[in-house]
Amino acid sequence: MLLGMTVVQVAVFLLTIPVLVLSFGLGLVPLFPPHMRLIRRLADTTRRSVGIASPYLPPPPPPRPGPDGMYRSDRTLYKTPRIPAWNDRWKWLFSDPATWRDAIWLLLDPLVKVLLLPVFLLMPRRGLRVYTAWAAMLLASTAARQLEGQVEHLTQIRSMAVDNQAAEMRRIERDLHDGAQARLVALGMTLGAVEELVEKDPGAAKALLRKAREVSSDALTELRQVVRGIHPPVLAERGLEDAVRAMAMDSPLRVKVDADLPHRAESPVEAAVYFAISELLSNAARHGGATEALIDISHVGRDLRVTVADNGLGGADPSKGSGLYGIERRLSVFDGVVALHSPPGGPTTVTLHVPKVLPEHWAGDSKMPRWKTAAVILLWGTAWCPLFPQGIVAAIMLILGKQDFSWFLVTYLPPGWQWPTCIFLIMLGTLMYVLAILLPLQHSKEARLAGMTPRGLGLGGC
Amino acid sequence: MLNRVLIAEDLYLLRDGLVHLLQAHGFTVVAAVESGPELLKALIELKPDVSIVDVRLPPTFTDEGLQASLEARRQIPGLPILILSQHVEQLYAQELLADGTGAIGYLLKDRVFNSDQFVDAVRRVAAGGTAMDPEVIAKLLASNVRHEPLGRLTPREREVLEAMAEGRSNAAISQRLFLSESAVAKHTASIFAKLDLSPSDDDNRRVLAVLAYLNAAKGG
Repeated sequence: MLLGMTVVQVAVFLLTIPVLVLSFGLGLVPLFPPHMRLIRRLADTTRRSVGIASPYLPPPPPPRPGPDGMYRSDRTLYKTPRIPAWNDRWKWLFSDPATWRDAIWLLLDPLVKVLLLPVFLLMPRRGLRVYTAWAAMLLASTAARQLEGQVEHLTQIRSMAVDNQAAEMRRIERDLHDGAQARLVALGMTLGAVEELVEKDPGAAKALLRKAREVSSDALTELRQVVRGIHPPVLAERGLEDAVRAMAMDSPLRVKVDADLPHRAESPVEAAVYFAISELLSNAARHGGATEALIDISHVGRDLRVTVADNGLGGADPSKGSGLYGIERRLSVFDGVVALHSPPGGPTTVTLHVPKVLPEHWAGDSKMPRWKTAAVILLWGTAWCPLFPQGIVAAIMLILGKQDFSWFLVTYLPPGWQWPTCIFLIMLGTLMYVLAILLPLQHSKEARLAGMTPRGLGLGGC
Repeated sequence: MLNRVLIAEDLYLLRDGLVHLLQAHGFTVVAAVESGPELLKALIELKPDVSIVDVRLPPTFTDEGLQASLEARRQIPGLPILILSQHVEQLYAQELLADGTGAIGYLLKDRVFNSDQFVDAVRRVAAGGTAMDPEVIAKLLASNVRHEPLGRLTPREREVLEAMAEGRSNAAISQRLFLSESAVAKHTASIFAKLDLSPSDDDNRRVLAVLAYLNAAKGG
């Protein structure tokens, strides 16, 4: 496939030269953007085949008319959005470094493919790996672009989090205002009436007091509901697992909960996941007509994963209801994602995945295996020997030409071997120190690749 | 007379109120503690006739009180304890009832407002009975009502079942529902028959059977 594309590439490249000449030499600038789009499509096809994400800047938003109905581009006003839109697109294409990287890629890629052709034919897999590395050099996004994307993402999430919080606050304010607050006002008024009546008509005062007690009970009930909506008590007391179990018990569905979390996540994460599960359960009962549900709470390393499956009708459409969208919004603050699988006729399965929210110290086994600890101690204990006395000091002695020290290894060797051995010992010592530092560091990195650890290197020394 | 009572509550006002209320009804307050570790120690050393325990206690303000109570009942099975809380959860009710020894209560704090009913519940628990909050029972029934055979009960039988699950005797149920005691007995017999439970005269065993049934129905 990649080789087949070469023909297209060469054709596009040959087309590029006249287009550049025409657009910049003769002023036929409108030819430039469509041609760039063509190149982008070509590059994207290659990216897809070797698994590289698209690096382009997001396209500019369509121009918006000002208060006078005119479209503005720099200092000029236009009646229609066409020219400002074109200007924006032009700037967008021209200023994106990816555009120029694409051009360089287009120029060099056919050459690289021809060079790699024998490798492709003999070892297709290795050839593809080499080609992917080459393509990544020019087609992948630059570090700056990645950071830009991240900043964009974080800005979005921040505004979303602030919005969510403001909406929550407004809801709580409304609940308190309409509920408990109103009841307390009624309670105060009833007690005032009791105060007036207590001497004149003790019987009526007693009846009013009974009513006051009922009102205070109602106020408490409403406060309890508000509290549940803010942070459910079981969640605060026991954590996510038991809170979900308690929720399952209160649900009209038959819910089975499987949970396996040896430690608790941060409480905002717990709350977000709790409310997400709550929403999913009530969706299942309300829209899906489900009678049974299964909730599975587990972890993958430091990632929290929750699966909610029900036996309802399925066919849930995230674009129709706001429920799933709300869950997505709540979880996106923690970079969480929601995966929905709901074929018509059911069953519906929703998976929530929130990365890196569980405490670090139990991602895998936190303690180093014993042999590693021993190796690190051995390295620290012996690395000085090849590096200093046998390496650096011996080298100084060699430079000074002194051969009469009996404890240097190098003095026993024939002259031709002295310098190579000396350099080897210095390198060995340095390597041992590097290993002694890297071993624990690398262990604490959670994504440790098996077999990457060098073995049998900790036994050098004197 | 079972009147040695222990109180575990961290809010001074409520603790003081409870002490006065119970003293006024003839109880002797043997200890009034305000934290989880203190509570566990006092429960095991004093073995009070009945203890009134708040779920949330210092130092962690999570479910210290509940945990201490469960632990004390593991060491001294059937130690009468009445749990008070701002909210009731089926999950906690299930944990409290799990050992099947009775002498357990689980009530909303609001129930203290009605001192007669509250003191009645304290006495019931001290005597080895149960006192479940109507809200817990309502939740249990609500989440079970769709399932057979609970759905087969008549509305009246459901009312009797609710009162029974709260821990009330036939006499108390007859008073509350304005029925004759023999009518209540007939209803309970019919409920037991419909739920396939063995009938029993012992109030406490009866309640535990009902609660066990409800929990089992929920869990299955």
